[in-house]
Amino acid sequence: MKQQPAVVANDLTKSYKSQLALKKVSFQIENGELFGFIGPDGAGKTTLFHLLTTLLIPDTGSASVRGFDTVADYAAIRKIVGYMPGRFSLYQDLTVEENLNFFAGIFNTTIAENYHLIEDIYKQIEPFKTRRAGKLSGGMKQKLALSCALIHKPEVLFLDEPTTGVDAVSRMEFWEMLRKLKQQGITIVVSTPYMDEAALCDRVALMQNGEIMLTNTPQRIVDGFKGELLAVSSDNMFDLLHQLENIPDTAAAYRFGDRIHYVSERNIDPEIIQKALASSGQKNVVIEPITPVIEDCFIMLMKSKSKNDPN
Amino acid sequence: MTKADTVIVVKDLVKKFGSFVANDHLNFEVKRGEIFGFLGANGAGKTTAIKILCGLQSPTSGDIKVAGFNVYTQTNKIKQHIGYMSQKFSLYEDLTVSENFRFYGGIYGLSNKLIRERTKTLLQRLDLEHAANKVLRDIPLGWKQKLAFSVAVMHNPEVVFLDEPTGGVDPITRRQFWELIYEEANRGTTIFVTTHYMDEAEYCQRVSIMVDGRIEALDSPKKLKETYQAASMNEVFIRLARAQKNTE
Repeated sequence: MKQQPAVVANDLTKSYKSQLALKKVSFQIENGELFGFIGPDGAGKTTLFHLLTTLLIPDTGSASVRGFDTVADYAAIRKIVGYMPGRFSLYQDLTVEENLNFFAGIFNTTIAENYHLIEDIYKQIEPFKTRRAGKLSGGMKQKLALSCALIHKPEVLFLDEPTTGVDAVSRMEFWEMLRKLKQQGITIVVSTPYMDEAALCDRVALMQNGEIMLTNTPQRIVDGFKGELLAVSSDNMFDLLHQLENIPDTAAAYRFGDRIHYVSERNIDPEIIQKALASSGQKNVVIEPITPVIEDCFIMLMKSKSKNDPN
Repeated sequence: MTKADTVIVVKDLVKKFGSFVANDHLNFEVKRGEIFGFLGANGAGKTTAIKILCGLQSPTSGDIKVAGFNVYTQTNKIKQHIGYMSQKFSLYEDLTVSENFRFYGGIYGLSNKLIRERTKTLLQRLDLEHAANKVLRDIPLGWKQKLAFSVAVMHNPEVVFLDEPTGGVDPITRRQFWELIYEEANRGTTIFVTTHYMDEAEYCQRVSIMVDGRIEALDSPKKLKETYQAASMNEVFIRLARAQKNTE
């Protein structure tokens, strides 16, 4: 049993009435991996997590967690996974400690038995252990929820958008916690709409409209970026975007922080862009080839699929 | 109506909850047509300040005017002259697109004729005229977000507050949304926006960063990066917000 991959999905499909939420999704997650599903709201991430944690049954296709089938062996899976839903789902009127005790109790364990697993996280909220969960701040709720999902020493931990709506500093700290948990040998499956978090995963699946567009390590995804990515800036950034879009054979031009990222259909000489922009009256144009990040890859993948997209 | 050049004036804004100081002597002004980014870690006091500026909560002390109106005594006037949109769309899922416009237009007291005109103009701008009679729950998320923004500016407010408007949205739609923001600002509407996406902070003309109830930094993204010798606004933000004691 230990030799089984942590999670396997084969052609998972799920629809709600007429809405197709997940279309033939397949992947394999290895033991000990920190695996990320990256995609915006509506990509199908939560539906996928519900299927994997046995809370939903697929229309077609199948999935297994540590070799257990998500439909036939649902009871076995529930014992070995931890799940932190996107929405805070602990008991608001129980205290911090009561919540944790409750979750430990359901799984026939105690806080003491697995304290080492949650110590780093729980000790930050322990001073407030007699406070009701409903009265905690957002960051503390998040830490309590993670502690509750971990208290039975799960083999696979599912975290659905744990960092959504969280500020950049707290997000960074949360990922540091995940890194430490990974070292304990727990397989971590996490979803996020923040593209920059992809770089912190061992492997990621980029999701959009119920489909996986691409699965690989962040580095290989970036290496596979087609074409040369240029970063362009000038004195008039607002007009610059439209001027770049009008250059023949433009594949993409989009704002990225304080510059515009530009990709051409062909291997364009930056000199040609310089000239085109100068003739449009742009001053202080700076063009520089740069290494793409996951968000660039995501945008280009979306564009290549956009023929079917109504938007 | 006289249109002053400064739409938001905040002098010494203090808001206390018991002994806790949520807003500690905030001072800033926002100009007409400016895109102003209002950043801060969770728990820094942003939401409290926004509630005060929207006339939903009284400050403890300070001299604050929004669209020329006093936040202590003219809160109803303020509500008529501002727009508000949050990440949680306030549109009704079981109404059609045009019914949503009619509902919000009615709330703002627009005449039926004006509602029809504004609905038409705004849908044309979004290239979504074909969706006018679609029920909201049946349209893509990206459209809903653009519509929520249009509804928020339907009554031609002087300033529109956008509270994390792009959370969870795909990277292309997120950028299209910022194009909408730019266009609206070019028409003279002031944009007051919060976001957790630090690349979006770069799109603002000026940015303030709150830490523990105070405004720790306020300048253009370019100047802030120079001051803190940082390559990106993300670095600036992390350097300032890491020092925060009150973590939420």
